Amino acid sequence: MSQTCVEVRSEWSIVAARQAGRAVAKEIGFGSVDQARITTAISELARNIYLYAKVGEICIEKVVDANKVGVKVSASDDGPGIKDLRRVMEDGYTTSGGLGAGLPGVKRLMDEFFIDSKEGEGTKIHAVKWLR
Amino acid sequence: MKPSVTKLIETKREIIIEDWLNKVEEVRREHHLENISDHVYTNTNKEFVEIILSAVGHGQELCDEQLSQFTERLIQVGWPLSYLTRGLQTFRKVILDTLFEDGIDGKRNFEIYYEVEDWVDQIVNTLVNEYSGSWENTIFLQKMALKELSAPLIPVFEHISVMPLIGTIDTERAKLIMENLLNGVIEHRSQVVLIDITGVPVVDTMVANHIIQASEAVRLVGADCILVGIRPEIAQTIVNLGIDLSQFPTKSTLKKGIASALEMTKKTIVKLEN
Repeated sequence: MSQTCVEVRSEWSIVAARQAGRAVAKEIGFGSVDQARITTAISELARNIYLYAKVGEICIEKVVDANKVGVKVSASDDGPGIKDLRRVMEDGYTTSGGLGAGLPGVKRLMDEFFIDSKEGEGTKIHAVKWLR
Repeated sequence: MKPSVTKLIETKREIIIEDWLNKVEEVRREHHLENISDHVYTNTNKEFVEIILSAVGHGQELCDEQLSQFTERLIQVGWPLSYLTRGLQTFRKVILDTLFEDGIDGKRNFEIYYEVEDWVDQIVNTLVNEYSGSWENTIFLQKMALKELSAPLIPVFEHISVMPLIGTIDTERAKLIMENLLNGVIEHRSQVVLIDITGVPVVDTMVANHIIQASEAVRLVGADCILVGIRPEIAQTIVNLGIDLSQFPTKSTLKKGIASALEMTKKTIVKLEN
């Protein structure tokens, strides 16, 4: 399955990742609300990379499972990692003075959400939104 | 340049020019410049080769000046830099081929080779400098233009101002929004400020955070903030993200926002009867 990847290095690459995501979501046939959800989720993930890891990658691909299609967003970086995985998934927890709604927000915006992170080794996140 | 090489080039000048004009035709096809009329194309090429060769007779300084003027014109018309550098590479090949024709004197050929190399490199440098300078200038001007467009505060009625936001909000722009809001509120003595986000494609937590902070700052200088232009899909993502906007008033459209701003400043719009 073809995959679109965007390297995140600057604030402008967040916009590039978002546009790539919107294009894939539109192609699969998501409506405008789900398109907004997917792009917002990508925006959060890309911003986390830019903010904490400085450099990383966002990949967007179409996934097919039994009788449903969806879009999978993967974010990976070799940044500082997350110390306490349980706490970052709590609403309102932030280390950067933000709203602390990013990762729990992404989880709610998408249908499936996996996070894997080791302190000092980086973070990997996959999120899937199914077309219904 | 060594007089011996200069003399050699001078004597072969016509052959070099002709040969180059023929060979550069290929480069033209590669760069899809066929849409430029033959007349303009031939004249430009002739001028280019004259300028390059004038460096031999009149020295590098004069040539640089002519070259700057020449490239400035080409930049305006939109000739690609790659065409010119390819053209110069062809030129170097042609000139070396022509000069080496007469025989194989190793030492002499070396001398010619280095002289020509040096000469063409300087021209390439001038060209690249001119082009990149012009690009940097363009980018700078566009950045300034974008900055001017990015966060205007418009007084629409007495004590009522609107800030329409269009496009992506990044950190730099968020800073501008805050500054312009606060300065504008004081300058126009606004009591109500409407922030219109109809044109903002994505509202993520950072954008929301900036808007919340801006409206909090506006409240501190004694005015009220209304967030307007929240599209249905944006409303849903804000709810999904779990962003709490209950602290400040929102309206779906700018029109409704203006209506409630008029109410807050105790104004009405009346239709005149005649």
